[in-house]
Amino acid sequence: MKPAPFDYVRPDSLAEACELLAGDDDARVIAGGQTLVPMLAMRLARPARLIDILRLPELAGIREEKGSVVVGATTRQAQAERDPIIRASVPMLARVLPWVGHPPTRNRGTVGGSIANGDPSAEIPLVAVTLSAEIMLAARTGPTSMPAEEFFIGPMVTSIDQGQCVRAIRFPVWPHRRIGVGFFEVSSRRSDFAFVAAAAQVALDEEGRCLDIALGLGGVADRPLRLDMSSLAGTVVDAASAADAINAACADLDAMSDLHASATYRRRVAGVLCLRALEQARDNAAAKPAKGAR
Amino acid sequence: MKVDLRINGVSRTADIEPRKTLLDVLRENFLLNGTHAGCEHGVCGACTVLIDGEPVRSCLMFAVQADGYEITTIEGLAPAPGELSVIQDAFCETHGLQCGYCTPGMILSAHALLQRNVTPTREDIVEAISGNICRCTGYGQIIEAVQFAARLRLANTPRQAAQTDKSVAEAK
Repeated sequence: MKPAPFDYVRPDSLAEACELLAGDDDARVIAGGQTLVPMLAMRLARPARLIDILRLPELAGIREEKGSVVVGATTRQAQAERDPIIRASVPMLARVLPWVGHPPTRNRGTVGGSIANGDPSAEIPLVAVTLSAEIMLAARTGPTSMPAEEFFIGPMVTSIDQGQCVRAIRFPVWPHRRIGVGFFEVSSRRSDFAFVAAAAQVALDEEGRCLDIALGLGGVADRPLRLDMSSLAGTVVDAASAADAINAACADLDAMSDLHASATYRRRVAGVLCLRALEQARDNAAAKPAKGAR
Repeated sequence: MKVDLRINGVSRTADIEPRKTLLDVLRENFLLNGTHAGCEHGVCGACTVLIDGEPVRSCLMFAVQADGYEITTIEGLAPAPGELSVIQDAFCETHGLQCGYCTPGMILSAHALLQRNVTPTREDIVEAISGNICRCTGYGQIIEAVQFAARLRLANTPRQAAQTDKSVAEAK
């Protein structure tokens, strides 16, 4: 349980970090280290050099930007959990953060770190995919970005290239007045890895018809998935119509099987949790006043 | 690599390999053996210390990353040598420790909780110690200890409200 030797560098700017990353194939980025340090301790990862980006000013902070909230990569999960902007504008992220690890790991673990790690059962990637967030990257050649759905490829595999690092995540903010979120997950113990997690966000008009709807599923497939719920848009969502849409979307779901849960179990629980999350989101939206302030 | 650390209010310097975790440096370089080494890969919480007042696993942090923070270990909680903090005392009173291996981590997690929440509910306490494993499974008494400590701390705090009540009574 002792990591192999490595060099440690803490660059002063993002440009310098990108330069270091691009010039060394054996270098890895470290920020909160809550996943990487165990990997190093068990020697599943043996980078020659760690580039510490945690204190880079360019990667810190949460800001509102025309129709979206941009969360800097090194924002601590605990900080995001308490942040008033996230609570008000990205309620789904605020809702799932208490499920990410434990309080001591959330105090060090970063939002960008969870994205870059790409665990199929992790909650932050699930929110990014469900809300169609944009993953903003930095590299020596300049900043780029890509949709979350293209970013996650498989278990712990992302589209990130050697030499790139996650800069921030841009979460879209829905413009509607009545928005509700719902979230459920099943794991063996509180805050352990989810076997199945479902997150939903629903916007309703004054008559209770669905204006916009997003539903995502984590822990089931090899990466978080956004399910197509467009058939429910413009309708009054009830249990029957929601179940039909979920069944249609989950019909050809490629579920994982492991020591903890079989593919059959995962598929079955996925349907149940999707429905619960969707109904919870709808009810939370319906509880908001139809007129007046959001 | 030379690192300046601030541990329990004292500045200390060490020349250490980057691969040494904060846990190893606390124990081996500074002989602060109250921070216990359990699983050493972030599962058990025995190595919990406070970084700027918030609980963190010291096995999941390299010492070279820890400069500039205020680090508190279990040795830093008692008001004076040979004394106990209120939470440590409460753990003794309610038999909140069995083998004692998880205790420093439990106490530091509880300390951070009571610093920001003086009247925690049972759920708040369970959430606060959810990252600490007691292999003796003595969670019942640990929760009792934290509840008792919260009551003791509240009872020992000079209350402004009480004075206000008194002045209201005097005015009448």
